[in-house]
Amino acid sequence: MASNKKYWKSAAELNPNDSIVETLKQNEFVDHIPVDDFLGDKESLEESNTTRRDFLKFAGFSTAAAALAACEGPVNKSVPYVIQPEDIVPGIANYYATTIADGFDFASILVKTREGRPILINNNDRAAVMGSANARVNASVLSLYDSKRLQGPLAKREPIDWEVLDATVKAKLAGLRNSGKKVVLMTQTYASPTMDKLVAEFSEQYGNVEHVTYDAISEDAALNAFQEAYGQRALADYHFDKAELIVSFGADFLGDWQGGGYDAGYAKGRVPHHGKMSRHIQIEANMSLTGANADTRLPMKPTDVGVALAKLYGKLNGSTVGGNSSAIEGVVDALAQEVRKAGKKAVVVCGLNNKDAQTITLAINKLLQSEAFDTEAPKHVRQGNTGAVNRLIADMNASRVGLLMIAGVNPVYSLPNAKAFVDGLSKVGLSIYSGQSNDETAQAVTHVAAASHYLESWGDAELKKGYLSLMQPVIRELFDTRQFQACLLKWMGSDQTYYDYLKSNWSTTILGGATWSKTLQDGVFKRGSSVPVVPLTEEEGAALAATVSETPEEEPPVVVEPTVASLTAALRSLTSLTPSDTELVLYSKVGMGNGAQANNPWLQEFPDPISRVSWDNYITVSTADAEKYGFENYNVANGGLDGSYAKITVDGTTIDNIPVIVQPGQAKGTVGLSFGYGRVDGVQEEMRTGVNAFPLYKNYNNIQAVTIAKAEGIHEFACIQLHNTLMGRGDIIKETTLEEFNTEEPSVWNPVPQVSLDHQEVPATTVDLWTEFDRTIGHFFNLSIDLNACTGCGACVIACHAENNVPVVGKQEIRRSRDMHWLRIDRYYSSEDTFQSDVEEKETAEEGYKTTMLALENPAENPQVAFQPVMCQHCNHAPCETVCPVAATAHSRQGHNHMAYNRCVGTRYCANNCPYKVRRFNWFLYNNNDEFDFHMNNDLGKMVLNPDVNVRSRGVMEKCSFCIQSTQAVILNAKKEGRPVAKGEFNDACACSAACSSGAMHFGDVNEEDSKIAKLLEDDRAYHLLEHVGTKPNVFYHVKVRNTNKA
Amino acid sequence: MMEKVFNRVQSAKALGLCALFTLLFFTISGNAQEETTEPTTEAAVAESAAEATTGGDPANGEKLFKQNCAACHALNRKMTGPALANVETRLYEEEGLDREWLYAWIKNSAGMIASGDAYANRIYNEYNKAAMTAFPTLSNANIDDILAYTAAPPPLPPTPPPGDTSVAGTAMANQSGISNEIILGALVLVFALLVVMLVLVNKTLKRIAAANGVQLEQEAAAPRVPIWKAFAQNQFLVLCTVIVFLLSSGYGAYAWMSQVGVDQGYAPIQPIHYSHKIHAGQNKIECQYCHSSARVSKHSGIPSLNVCMNCHKSIYEYKGTAEGPSAEDLANGYTNEFYTNEIKKLYKAVGWDEENQRYTGESQPVEWVRIHNLPDFVYFNHAQHVTAGKIECQTCHGPVEEMEIMYQYSPLTMGWCINCHRETEVQVADNGYYEKIHAELSKKYGVEKLTAAQMGGLECGKCHY
Repeated sequence: MASNKKYWKSAAELNPNDSIVETLKQNEFVDHIPVDDFLGDKESLEESNTTRRDFLKFAGFSTAAAALAACEGPVNKSVPYVIQPEDIVPGIANYYATTIADGFDFASILVKTREGRPILINNNDRAAVMGSANARVNASVLSLYDSKRLQGPLAKREPIDWEVLDATVKAKLAGLRNSGKKVVLMTQTYASPTMDKLVAEFSEQYGNVEHVTYDAISEDAALNAFQEAYGQRALADYHFDKAELIVSFGADFLGDWQGGGYDAGYAKGRVPHHGKMSRHIQIEANMSLTGANADTRLPMKPTDVGVALAKLYGKLNGSTVGGNSSAIEGVVDALAQEVRKAGKKAVVVCGLNNKDAQTITLAINKLLQSEAFDTEAPKHVRQGNTGAVNRLIADMNASRVGLLMIAGVNPVYSLPNAKAFVDGLSKVGLSIYSGQSNDETAQAVTHVAAASHYLESWGDAELKKGYLSLMQPVIRELFDTRQFQACLLKWMGSDQTYYDYLKSNWSTTILGGATWSKTLQDGVFKRGSSVPVVPLTEEEGAALAATVSETPEEEPPVVVEPTVASLTAALRSLTSLTPSDTELVLYSKVGMGNGAQANNPWLQEFPDPISRVSWDNYITVSTADAEKYGFENYNVANGGLDGSYAKITVDGTTIDNIPVIVQPGQAKGTVGLSFGYGRVDGVQEEMRTGVNAFPLYKNYNNIQAVTIAKAEGIHEFACIQLHNTLMGRGDIIKETTLEEFNTEEPSVWNPVPQVSLDHQEVPATTVDLWTEFDRTIGHFFNLSIDLNACTGCGACVIACHAENNVPVVGKQEIRRSRDMHWLRIDRYYSSEDTFQSDVEEKETAEEGYKTTMLALENPAENPQVAFQPVMCQHCNHAPCETVCPVAATAHSRQGHNHMAYNRCVGTRYCANNCPYKVRRFNWFLYNNNDEFDFHMNNDLGKMVLNPDVNVRSRGVMEKCSFCIQSTQAVILNAKKEGRPVAKGEFNDACACSAACSSGAMHFGDVNEEDSKIAKLLEDDRAYHLLEHVGTKPNVFYHVKVRNTNKA
Repeated sequence: MMEKVFNRVQSAKALGLCALFTLLFFTISGNAQEETTEPTTEAAVAESAAEATTGGDPANGEKLFKQNCAACHALNRKMTGPALANVETRLYEEEGLDREWLYAWIKNSAGMIASGDAYANRIYNEYNKAAMTAFPTLSNANIDDILAYTAAPPPLPPTPPPGDTSVAGTAMANQSGISNEIILGALVLVFALLVVMLVLVNKTLKRIAAANGVQLEQEAAAPRVPIWKAFAQNQFLVLCTVIVFLLSSGYGAYAWMSQVGVDQGYAPIQPIHYSHKIHAGQNKIECQYCHSSARVSKHSGIPSLNVCMNCHKSIYEYKGTAEGPSAEDLANGYTNEFYTNEIKKLYKAVGWDEENQRYTGESQPVEWVRIHNLPDFVYFNHAQHVTAGKIECQTCHGPVEEMEIMYQYSPLTMGWCINCHRETEVQVADNGYYEKIHAELSKKYGVEKLTAAQMGGLECGKCHY
C-alpha cells in the first residue's frame, strides 16, 4: 500500500518558494562533486587513449615487474673505518658520563653510544644529587638529531663563516671599549663555576661587560628570599626522604619546581617501611603531578594559598595573621596541628613566585628546624634575575647597549614583554644569538653563532653547593657549530679550547688531588672528597687561594636573620593580596617544559600525565566553571576527544581560541595553562602545536588575574585515554590506607579475586585451564611496579621509545587511538571522593545499578588520582598466544611473551584478545614515509635508532618485549666472561626500570637466589593485574597505600 | 647486480665451450716465447764484486737481515728506514763513513745520536725521528755478513714474468679447467655416432631385405587414430597427466621460490681483490686477527684499514709462493703483479705514501660489497657463537682459507640455523655461567650434554626482536 505521508528534512522544505529546496531537487549532492579533479578536463580526457584495459595491463605489468624485481636482492655496501678508534668496537655500546645543563634541566647522566652515535640517556648512579633523567632529558638525545637545528653561523639570516663572525665581534668589542656603551651577556643559568670564571675574565678584558642570567620560567622570588635570609642567591634544597610530613603550597616539586629532581627522594619516603611512610598534603589550584600523588589535596585559589601559608606561619608562631576567611582558617588549623605534631620531620614548600611567600616558607622551615630543609648546601640550578632582565630591556631601548650576546635562552619567544625586547634589539648595534635552533630569537638578532648541543660540548655544573658534575662531548659536532664558551674564548683572543680551559680550571681550583680522568669517567665530583696527594707548591697554593676567593660560592654564607619587621611586612602583603574572580595559574608540563625542545616529536607525542592529552596545550578549568561558561569535553564516534575553545584576557593581552580541558581537581575560579607550546620559528609544521602562554606571564608572575569567555568552534584533541575512572573496579589499582595496611591482614587489603569453580568460590590463582610449565630452571623475568613509588613522571615512556625504536604517529593517528607507546601510564580519577568509596558506591548501588554506573563514569570535583604504568604483562598463560593463526607470538621459558614481527600477518586477533590492551598495530609504514615526517623519515633522525632492535614495518603487531635485546646482552656478557649474571644486572636491562629514578620499577630474575625481585614478588603488597582472568602475568604491582588516616 | 655464480656461470661456460677452448689455446701459446736469462747474469756479476770488498757471508747475511732488519728496511726502497742496498759503499762514497761507524750505529744508534754525530742526527731527523732498535747482540762478524748481503744479495730464483709459462703448462691448465666439458662433448659425439650408425645399419638391412625380396609387413591399411587424439579421448590418462603436471609444476614453483633471497654462493666483485686464500691459507693468519670483533661483538667486523697496514706497511709487494703462481691463477690473471697492484689500491685507500713512508691523511674508505646479508628482523651475534659457543668460523663460512674470492658458503636460511641449534652441544665446560643451568637442565632432560635447542635456542625471541 502506497503511503501518501510526506517526509521533510528541514523547515525550509515546507516553504514551496525556497530556492535552496528547488536547487536540491535537481542535484543529488549538495556540494559540487570534484570530478574534474580526478578525470581532468574533458579535452585531455578525450585525447587520452588509455583505456580501462590498458590501465589493467599496466597495473598487471607493474605488479609482475615489482614481484620479479623483488627476487633480486639489493647490493649492500659495508664501509669499515680507515683507522678504527681504539675504544669503538662495532656492535658494542660505550657509555659516557656527562651532564645536561640547558638552563631548565640539570642532571648527571650516562649516555649510551653505538658506533659513536648517542642513542640513549641513562641515569648516572654515581651521582649523589640530581642523577636522574626526566622525560625531557631522556628525549634530549633526539634533539641532537633535530633536522631543524642551526647548521652554521648566520649573519642577517644568511650563512657566513666563523672567521667573518669572529672578526665582526672582535672589531665591535674593541670599538666599544671606551664608548660608554655596554656589552651584555644574556644567558641561561649555567650553574657552572668554569663559566663564571670565563665570564669574569671576559668582563675584565673588555671592562664594560654585564652578565644577565635569565630563566624563561622564573624562580626569582625564591632566589631573592633565600638571598635575603641566607646571604647567597641560591635555592634551598629539600630532602623529602627525611620528611614525614610534606606540606606543599602549590609547589609542583615532582615536576619542574625549582629545577626539579626531587622525585627520587620523595618516592623513598613514600614506600611503607615498617608501617611508616611520609604524608603529603598539597594545597594548589591546578591538578599538578605532585597534587595527583598527594595523600590529601586541597584545591584552592592561588591568593588563598598565599593566605593559608601566612596563616600557617602565624599558627606555628603563635601570632595572629589577618585575612579573614573562615574556610581557610579551618584548613590551616588542621594543618598546623599536623605540622606541629610532626615537628622536625615536617617540611613546607611553596610554588608561588612571590618573594613574601618564599620568605615565609623559609621562615616556617627554620622555625620547625626541619630535617628535610637544607640551606647549608643550596642548589644553583636557577639563577635568573628578572630585575636585571627588566633593566637590560630598558637599557636596550635607551641605546645604552652596544653589543648583546644571547646564549641558551629564547627571549623573543619566552619574554612576557617580548615586543619591548625586540624593539630594544633594533637599537643594539650588534646582537649575537648562540642557540641551537633557528627560532624566534635567531630571527630577531643580527648574527647567529650556531651553538652545539650539550652532547657535543664540554662543561661543568655545580648543581648543589659542593656537588659538581662534568659535561663531556659524546659525539663530534654534527654541524658547523660552536658552544658559547668556545666563542667567548675566541672573542677574547685566546687560542685555548674550552676543554683546556675547563681542565685547567678544574685541576687548579676544584679537583684538589683527584685525577681528571677518573672524575671525567665518574661524571660527578664532590668538593673536598679527595685530599690533595701532592702538596701544592707555594705559588700554586697562592694561585689556588686567589681563585677560590674569587669564586662567590666559596665565601662563607652570611646568615642574615630575617627581621621580625620584614616578616611581618611579608605576612601582611601576602594576606592583603586581593583575589580576582578568576585566576590563571601558569605551569610547565613534564613533557614540554619551557618549550626549548618543541621540535622533538617524542615530547610532542608524550601524553601529559594528568590530562593524557598529547600534541597540545590548553586551559584547564574546573567542572563548576565549565558549567558556568558552557565549556564541554566529549568523545566523538572515532574515540577522539573534542572540546570547546575559550578566549582569555590577561591585563590587555588576549589569546583567542585556546582549547579547554575540563580538569577534575581544578580549584574553582582558577584556570591553568602550560608554557612551552606555540613555538613557530625553527619548528617543523607538524610540531607547531598549542598556544604560547609566555605573553601572559606578566612580571614573571605565574598567577594572573584573567577574564575568560567561551569562543566559537570545537577543538580536536589527541587524548590517549578515553575513560577516566575505574568505575569502582578495585582490582585494577588496589588501594588501601596506611591504617588498614598496618592493622589488617593482607587478605583484607590485597584480596585474591575469587572465581566460581563447580559452584564454589575459590581463589582465582588456584584455577588453571592450562598445564603449568616448569619455571624454575634458568632465568625467569619479572617486573615489579610499586604504585606507591610511581609518580607518573613518564621518564620510562620516553626511555622505552628511545630503546625500542617506537615510532611517532602524529596527532591525527593518536586521536584515532593508534598510539604506538609500548608503555603507557594510565591515570584514573575517583568518581567519589576516594577510590574506596567508588567501590562501596558500586557495591551498594543505591540509586539503581544503571544510574550508579553512569554516575561513576564522571570523576569527582576533587578526585583521588592513581597512576598505573601498563605494558605487555608477559602472561604465562597469554590469551594472545592462543589466537595467533600463524604462531607469531609465543612464550619463552624465560618468561617473555615473544613477538616475531616477520611471522606476523596482521590479523590483530592478539590485540583483540589481550585483556590489557598493550599490543600496538602498525597501521602504516612509519619510517621513510613522508606522511609521517618525523625522525624516522630523515637520515639525521634515524641516527637515534637502536641498531639492536628491528624497525617494524606496516601491518605487523608490536609490543613491549621486556627489552629482550638487553636481557640477552646481559646474558651474553656473562657467558663471554664465563661467570654467572651479577646481582641486579638485569634491572638496568629494561629501559623503563633503568630510567625509573623513583625506584617504582624493578626488573629481574626471580630464580636468582636472594634477588630483590623475588622478595618483591613475595611481598604482601604484590598483586597481578586482572588476576581473575587467570593470565598469570610476569608483571606485578604493589598495592598503593595512602596515608590518609588523619585530618 | 647480484649473481648466482655457481649456477649461472657454469651454464654459460658450457655453452661457449669449444670456442673458448680453442681460442685460449692459441692466444696464450702465442706469447709464450719471450723468456730471457738476464737476471742471473746480472746477479753473478754483482756477487763477485761484493765478495771482493766485504769478505762476509751473504747467505748468512740474508738470514740475519730477514730476522733483524727486514721489518724496517728493504734493499731497494725506503721503508721505516732507508734502503740498504750497497749501504756501505754509499756511506763511504757520500759521507766518508766507514764500517766502524756502521758497527757503532747498528749496536747503539741512540747513543750515536746523543753523542751528536752529524750524520746520525741527520738520518734520525730525516726518518721522522723513528729511533732504530739497538742490536748489541750482533757481532761485528754478523754485521759483516749482513753488509755482504746488502752489497750483493744472492740471485733471486728465476721467477718468470707474468703470463709467461710453457706451452705445456697452458694446455694442461686449459684441459684441467674444462675437462668435464670435454668428456661431455666426447659423450655427445659418441652418442651421435651411434645414432648415425643405427640409421645406416637400418638402411642397409632394409636394402638387403628388399634385394632378397622379403616383404616388409606394412602398417594396417585402416587410418589409425593419431596419438594425440587417442590421448585426448582417454580421460583417465588426461586426468593423470594433469595431476602429474600440476604437482610437478607446484613442486617446481616451491623449489624456485624457496631459493628466492637465498644467496648461497654469492661472490660479488670487491673493490680490492682480497684473497683469503693467500692470507688465511698460505700465510695462516688467524681469522680473528683481522676480524677481532667477532670475539666480543655481534659483528665480525670488516677490519679497518689500519689493521691491514700492520703488515702491509712492510709487505708492499706480493712475491708469491716458491712454486710461483699456479696455472689456474694465471688463467684468472692472478699474477704477482696483479696482487701487488691490489696492495697499491690499499695504500691509496688508506692514504699511505710509499715514497716517504708516511700517511698523507687523504684516505678513501673502501666500500666493500657485503656478502652475508641477514634480514633486519634477524638478530645474529658472532660473540655468542665464537666465544660462548666456541664454533669454528669455517662451520658457517666454509673453507675460507681456500677461497680466492670470498663467497657465501651457507644458505643462511632459518632452517639451516635451526638444524644447527638442534644438533650443536652447548660448550658448558669452564664457563661459570652455565654451571647451574647445566646441572638443572641435564637432570631435567636426562642427558649429559645439552643442545642449543634444549637451552631454549629454538625460541622465536632469541633471534627475532
